Amino acid sequence: MSVDIETVRRVARLARIAVSEDDAERMTGELNTILGFVEQLNEVNVEGVEPMTSVMPMAMKKRDDVVTDGNKAADIVANAPATEQNFFLVPKVVE
Amino acid sequence: MSDLTRLTIAEARGRLAAGDFTASELTDAYLAAIDAANPALNAYVVVTHDKACSMAKASDARIARGEAGPLEGIPLGIKDLFATEGVHTQACSHILDGFRPRYESTVSANLWADGAVMLGKLNMDEFAMGSSNETSHYGPVVNPWRAAGSNAELVPGGSSGGSAAAVAANLCAGATATDTGGSIRQPAAFTGTVGIKPTYGRCSRWGIVAFASSLDQAGPIARDVRDAAILLKSMASVDPKDTTSVDLAVPNYEAALGQSVRGMKVGIPKEYRMDGMPEEIEALWQTGIGWLREAGAEIVDISLPHTKYALPAYYIVAPAEASSNLARYDGVRYGLRVPGRDIVEMYENTRAAGFGREVKRRIMIGTYVLSAGYYDAYYLQAQKVRTLIKKDFEDVFHAGIDTILTPATPSAAFGVADQDMAADPVKMYLNDVFTVTVNMAGLPGIAVPAGLDGRGLPLGLQLIGRPFEEETLFRTAAVIEKAAGRFTPQTWW
Repeated sequence: MSVDIETVRRVARLARIAVSEDDAERMTGELNTILGFVEQLNEVNVEGVEPMTSVMPMAMKKRDDVVTDGNKAADIVANAPATEQNFFLVPKVVE
Repeated sequence: MSDLTRLTIAEARGRLAAGDFTASELTDAYLAAIDAANPALNAYVVVTHDKACSMAKASDARIARGEAGPLEGIPLGIKDLFATEGVHTQACSHILDGFRPRYESTVSANLWADGAVMLGKLNMDEFAMGSSNETSHYGPVVNPWRAAGSNAELVPGGSSGGSAAAVAANLCAGATATDTGGSIRQPAAFTGTVGIKPTYGRCSRWGIVAFASSLDQAGPIARDVRDAAILLKSMASVDPKDTTSVDLAVPNYEAALGQSVRGMKVGIPKEYRMDGMPEEIEALWQTGIGWLREAGAEIVDISLPHTKYALPAYYIVAPAEASSNLARYDGVRYGLRVPGRDIVEMYENTRAAGFGREVKRRIMIGTYVLSAGYYDAYYLQAQKVRTLIKKDFEDVFHAGIDTILTPATPSAAFGVADQDMAADPVKMYLNDVFTVTVNMAGLPGIAVPAGLDGRGLPLGLQLIGRPFEEETLFRTAAVIEKAAGRFTPQTWW
């Protein structure tokens, strides 16, 4: 399978990365090189093979459903580019 | 004082305990070495002079009180991927501009609890995506090794290139690193240092910037096998904050050193003999086989039939997980923000400006293979192949193989700004062809220096072990180290 420049633009939108015309063109070539490389996986007979979900066989750890953390709003917003009264500030999303 | 920086951790530990010098003197020696060398090598992105001095002073006080920890006063470098409280943590990316976490990663916290001293944050490929340390926002690291008779700059490998270069150039006694497809073992091999990626689940991933969560593991890069064992003992732990951390006590890895390998079954996988592999790599492999045979190990030819599919499967699984993990960098909660007309344009502009080319490439691949209509063809197929890769290893271990010996890399270190690699991303990816299988199967792997090539550059061998049998790797690597000797670069910086 290979991708065209329209697909690259669509994927860039899904990934929320702005791409220029030049970027999109260059990425189309690069992505096709990589997709060409991974194509050999189709040679492998995977009939009856379970896809891997956990590399080490182990039961999912669970903990008690209790509050163990919190009261640190100032720490959480400390690194944000724009905040007000411990809220993250973003451009307006509702008209 | 520069002599102090030549000591291994084990040596420094003994002499600090004996009172031959203080932790502050040792730390000062390293800080002076870093200040002199870093303009040429670019191994550190931040040097924490004040923090290092105050931690060393605290170590001296604990030593005086007879309360020294296992790593008391040992100065270490920390890969920029580990969250360090109040200290620059950016995964060497522009998108995390100015990020200073309010928390400490479990691995680094374990080191400080054992008395270690932080020298600073080490350069790396952006988000650990690269094999040459050239994708860093802070520029490439230069390998302290040069080819005989040449001044050309070589890469230290990646993604833990700063860690490997700093250890090789005596700019830290040891370093933390991480390995998703070979990022500890390949740079270790390129710099004549020892690097171990432990079994998945051995070191907590809490507080490590995530790249591909099912593959990422932390481990040390060190001057020799003993130091790697000492560091891993402190780094590893059972951590309730990481659900994939395994409930298994951490053994005393150092105790495995010096134990005989007599009767051990060492597998030699025929699939690791690749077309176009330099003769020197094959010769090195044969030399390593000879050393282990002389030490009493039984050499067994084995087959790992799905080896060639590990790298292509990795380039689906790792980018898929990366595209998901890196979705959090949106200009809202931390790091860079580039304005836009609305919130979506703000996201797109931020991510376009904040991520480098390689990272964007992998996010794009990951987004594509997970997108509607392609999931089964790519991601599901790759995860099935991953099951087969793991089964290959399980079969040989079940047949009695204790450890597997392979070359660590298909070549020695290459030049900074190599034209072929720049032109074709897949060429760069091939650096990890011998290491990536180990991540796909979650196994432990160690790279140990085994010789120099014809140009005088270090080459490494890799040992692969059964899950959680890192002790077997240390024991066997020590035999190789004893036969090969240690390799240090000539100081030119």
